[in-house]
Amino acid sequence: MDWAYIESVLPLYGKAAWLTLRTGTAGILLAALTGLLCAAAIHWRIPVLRKITAAYVELSRNTPLLVQLFFIYYGLPKIGIKTDPEACGIIGLAFLGGGYMTEAFRSGVEAVDRIQEESALSLGLTRFQTFLHVILPQAAAISAPAFMANVIFLMKETSVFSAVSLMDLMFTAKDQIGLYYRTTESLFLLVGAYLLILLPLSLLGTFWERRLRHAGFGT
Amino acid sequence: MAEAVLSISHLTKRFDDQTILEDLSLEVREGEVVVIVGSSGCGKSTLLRCINALEDIQGGEIRLRGDLISHNRKNLPELRQKIGMVFQNYELFPHLTVLENILLAPVKTQKRSRQNVREEALALLERVGLKEKADSWPRQLSGGQKQRVAIVRALIMHPEILLFDEVTAALDPEMVREVLDVIVNLADQGKTMIIVTHEMSFARAVADRIILLEDRRILEESDPETFFTAPKTEQAKKFLRTFEFNRKNKAEA
Amino acid sequence: MPDLGLEVLWKGKNFVRLLGGLWVALRISLIAAGISVVLGILLGVAASRKRSVSSVVLRVWLGIIHIMPQMVLLFLMYFGTTRLFSWNLSGEVAAVIVFSLWGTAEMGDLVRGAVSSIPAIQRESAEALGLKPAQVYRWIILPQAVRRLIPQSINLITRMIKTTSLVTLIGVVEILKVAQQIIEANRKASPNAAFGVYLAIFVMYYLACRPLSLAAKKLEKHWR
Repeated sequence: MDWAYIESVLPLYGKAAWLTLRTGTAGILLAALTGLLCAAAIHWRIPVLRKITAAYVELSRNTPLLVQLFFIYYGLPKIGIKTDPEACGIIGLAFLGGGYMTEAFRSGVEAVDRIQEESALSLGLTRFQTFLHVILPQAAAISAPAFMANVIFLMKETSVFSAVSLMDLMFTAKDQIGLYYRTTESLFLLVGAYLLILLPLSLLGTFWERRLRHAGFGT
Repeated sequence: MAEAVLSISHLTKRFDDQTILEDLSLEVREGEVVVIVGSSGCGKSTLLRCINALEDIQGGEIRLRGDLISHNRKNLPELRQKIGMVFQNYELFPHLTVLENILLAPVKTQKRSRQNVREEALALLERVGLKEKADSWPRQLSGGQKQRVAIVRALIMHPEILLFDEVTAALDPEMVREVLDVIVNLADQGKTMIIVTHEMSFARAVADRIILLEDRRILEESDPETFFTAPKTEQAKKFLRTFEFNRKNKAEA
Repeated sequence: MPDLGLEVLWKGKNFVRLLGGLWVALRISLIAAGISVVLGILLGVAASRKRSVSSVVLRVWLGIIHIMPQMVLLFLMYFGTTRLFSWNLSGEVAAVIVFSLWGTAEMGDLVRGAVSSIPAIQRESAEALGLKPAQVYRWIILPQAVRRLIPQSINLITRMIKTTSLVTLIGVVEILKVAQQIIEANRKASPNAAFGVYLAIFVMYYLACRPLSLAAKKLEKHWR
């Protein structure tokens, strides 16, 4: 292992890791927002929107991110919708993740007993107040492990961004291998950088899940 | 005669093609305690749920002091604030403490000041013997304690009428008493109530009027003494017999 | 109506070529799925005994597989082995190895979970009826475990199919690569081919995965 070389390319990998982190976080936030809106549309049985949402969830969950990205990046410009690579990555991740987040939130909301909603309504709370103060807090606790699993899954999915010419970690490693045959060092840096991003997330997820599983409200 | 708080006229409730209640009429006057009995699945709970518009109805109307209770009226939340309901499985909100459970509705819907409601909540909790549990979480309470909290949660709204839906059915036998005592107490204070229960001695003690619901309608309606000692209908006699046990070949003492 | 570049699909053998590319991807996932199911069941049953060596092996293996993106694992296998052992793995073989390593660990975990999810009282009540351990396994444990396992395994295979789309990035000529070739070849005649072709691939993947995930969902509901 050539440490001098590694030191010389560290800034390059730092920049790439920052890109992965930045686009990943933006995509995940958008995905969570999409998921929340879709889950609300399903919960409130909003007529047409509910059907569209269901179709979207199936579409996003049954196609690979890479194919979604190719379609957005290479296909859509032909009908006049152009995106730069970074926006494309974020939109693609949000499209994919929105479906998974919808499922996470929807199952959380569904897991709250219907009679809990009724007991809030019987106290005179409006539907919105009931959702906000009674259903959502309980659903959030139930959805948290699935949500965290989605966050980790989506962060890992960013590793295909290089396909739409985003200069992320994969792109950088591939580049260095192709140009200078620095295979060992490049793979080492690649794994190291992903560990640095994913290990804390994964530990946080485990910690969170354990806390929620072994303790409910009030212990 | 006191004014009618709740009047139900010609109520019909169907689930798909199954009729649960048919052409049922009932009036509950101010300060009256009405106990509804009947075999399982006779529609007692459904009737309570209709009064609170948790079920839509297929015919007739329900009025609370003249105001129509209907699924598609804008004022439904306000009317529901005037109807207190206590459920079989307590349905406390598990993510809120005992005190927060009680404060949620008055603070959010009646816009009463937190401080004010808090004092009242603590006073009510003290009356049911749970003042020291104010900051506990629902899961830390026994069934009987949860149910007493649920009653306080309904009371704090100052409802015009209270609905109790088999509130002791999920309780261990030794906890039934503490909950029923609270309800008897409320009756003594002159609260208007409709109670669905399987506890016959409690029914006899607390009721001003007993209603037997059977075959989708009110079959018998009388004061408790008459109901338990001289039931008019064959069905009422049959129903009361289900609470008696006899061994044929047991030697008489 | 704008030119959507759909006509390219029907030109010459383009559509058949795309299907051929899809088959390359599907073949990789099916081979890997086959290997994973067999090895995963063996590993999972062994690991369902608490505090056994195999349960530790499974956990460590899963941990490693779970933390790294599949793309990185593919990369390690494809470039790393060349470097370390001077093997010159084809992209397809590297992909089958990676997906089998991944699938075996996941399948093993599913089997372990399904077997140990059955409450001890089930085993005890069967034994109380006088059944022998083998009979308990055959008539009580397995039927319940399998019902849980089948929908989950179908979901795993669906995920595998979606993930095989990555192999294009280590040089395997599958559907996305074929698509690029078609688009390139028709650059002049149909400038908008990219839209039509990638849309077609989108739909093809959907049609490949949707029946599987639907079946998994139906079975899960049916057996609950």
